[in-house]
Amino acid sequence: MNTVVRETLRRIGLATFVSAVLGFFALPLLWLAFTPFDANPGIAASLPDFTLHNFKILMDNPYALESMRNSVLLAAATALLVVVCAALAAYALSRVRVPGRDALLYVLLLLSSIITGTAAMVPIFLLAFNLHLIDSRLGVVLVLTGGLLPAAIFLLKDFTDATPTSYEEAARVFGASPLQILRHVVVPVIRPGLATVGVWTVAQVWGDFLMPFLLLRNPDKAPASVIMYTFYTEGGQPDLPLISTFSLLYSLPVVVMYLFVSRRYGFRFHGGIKR
Amino acid sequence: MAAITIRELTKVYPGGVRALDALDLDVADGEFFALLGPSGCGKTTLLRTVAGLESATSGTVALGGADVTRLPPGRRDVGMVFQDYALFPHMSVLDNIAYPLKIKKRGRGDRHARAAEAADYLGLEGLGKRRPGELSGGQQQRVALARALVAEPRIFLLDEPLSNLDARLRLEARTFLKRLQKELAVTTVFVTHDQAEALALADRIAVMEKGRIRQLGTPTEVFRRPANLFVASFIGSTPMNLLPGRVEGEHVVAAGALLPLPDEARALTAGEEIVCGVRPEYLDYTDRPADGAFAGRVSVVEHLGGSALVTLDVEGEPVHVVVGEGREPAPGDEGWALPRPGRVLLYRDGELVTAPRESDVPEPRMAPTGKENG
Repeated sequence: MNTVVRETLRRIGLATFVSAVLGFFALPLLWLAFTPFDANPGIAASLPDFTLHNFKILMDNPYALESMRNSVLLAAATALLVVVCAALAAYALSRVRVPGRDALLYVLLLLSSIITGTAAMVPIFLLAFNLHLIDSRLGVVLVLTGGLLPAAIFLLKDFTDATPTSYEEAARVFGASPLQILRHVVVPVIRPGLATVGVWTVAQVWGDFLMPFLLLRNPDKAPASVIMYTFYTEGGQPDLPLISTFSLLYSLPVVVMYLFVSRRYGFRFHGGIKR
Repeated sequence: MAAITIRELTKVYPGGVRALDALDLDVADGEFFALLGPSGCGKTTLLRTVAGLESATSGTVALGGADVTRLPPGRRDVGMVFQDYALFPHMSVLDNIAYPLKIKKRGRGDRHARAAEAADYLGLEGLGKRRPGELSGGQQQRVALARALVAEPRIFLLDEPLSNLDARLRLEARTFLKRLQKELAVTTVFVTHDQAEALALADRIAVMEKGRIRQLGTPTEVFRRPANLFVASFIGSTPMNLLPGRVEGEHVVAAGALLPLPDEARALTAGEEIVCGVRPEYLDYTDRPADGAFAGRVSVVEHLGGSALVTLDVEGEPVHVVVGEGREPAPGDEGWALPRPGRVLLYRDGELVTAPRESDVPEPRMAPTGKENG
């Protein structure tokens, strides 16, 4: 009898705990889903008094759509640069014997978290200033690429390591040049890895606030993550209709991209297990 | 189509491993040649050096008389089949086969026609659109063969061509390979660690150990007259009996048996320590005492299918005899193993004792191709 009671209590306790945790994570998402369509947006998640008026406010804001375009530009350029550089570096690192290769990679990985972090804020600003890269998208792209490359190389090297060298040797015997080998054989074989790194880079750049905030002066060039920071009313209150709709718009591209790439490439495990 | 001439070829890996040690080798035009040896003997390194995938430390490789030692693999005009076939997983069978032609910048129509032709020739009709992953092991091997020969290379190199196939397919592929090589008559070198494969396929075999060639000859020569104890113990699916013995006048005494001294070993002096080698296939088993036979007790009988491998315990030494069907003794029986005339080989200091000069090779040669150099 006693055990039945205890078991019931245990289950009730567990269910309550899980519900609380779920609620904690679900509420912000509910807010994101409902508030943009609410005639009186607040900071609490509630069933909306349906309207599309908030989106009209968003469209009227001169910076909102422009900033999305900026974000896309920054993310695409950085992803392209990171994928190309990481592919070349990972291929070289997994094929050429460099003394201290692994140590080098780990040190870079360690330092990379500093590059795009707050610790290196001032030196990076000074560096960009001296290179005349302040208020330039190129500057942001280069700094972000530098910060993301080590981790990207690290991710991709797993894929290149798992590719048998006999593929490349076969191509070499047929007379293919190193770049032809990379294009015809290595890139198609590690394509899931490239897709993973591309998506990961886009997501990182999309969410990055500090570097564009630091390096871009002109609000015309600011990406969405920075522009959202400026959405206040004249009275200094957060402009909730604008913030909520913009948040929804801001989060959609990443979700769509993830779904698309996941369907296309499936993020399969590649290597690790011998088939 | 070209002959291969290798002179003083040495390959030392970083770290000091000497994979090839001043190796000389001639492979004749159109020959089917096997590099045979245990793992780590340098046979794969030799093949890869001929292909150009490894660079030689010193020495030269010439194909068709032209020195190619410093040429990159793509300019040597060789076709190679890798042990794992290395078929590009993202390309269809036809694209895989057409790939060498794509590198050679042939037009799309031309290369697909040629690839389809090669695929049909190798019995891959109707599989052109598939991916390599959707083929059986035997089909994958044929695709790799088709891809290697579509550009009509002068030399064909095969790295362990049969090792990735299961036992039944292996036999089929072996016959297929041999017929294909005879039809195309392309100089073909293959690497194997399986002596049965080398004996079955090759016109000539080079048995390698530690970066050197220990014996070079036709399968018959290598099987019947291994030039040294290494080859003697390596060749043959049932290993050769190698018994320590001594020369006594006109006879050799080994494991208690008094064997006549072979003609070629007349030069040996009495009292010399030798090793007496005789294959289990060349011993006749009887249950009656016989002159010049190894006498012992049967300890093990292993069935090989059409015959049985009988182990006789002869004065503490195991002597293996192959016994025909229906005549197998029972363990514990007393038995005698009589060497067939001329089949006993004597080894002194690990090398075969041969008659000085003239008749180096008394057995008729199986294949008349080529002649050995050193």
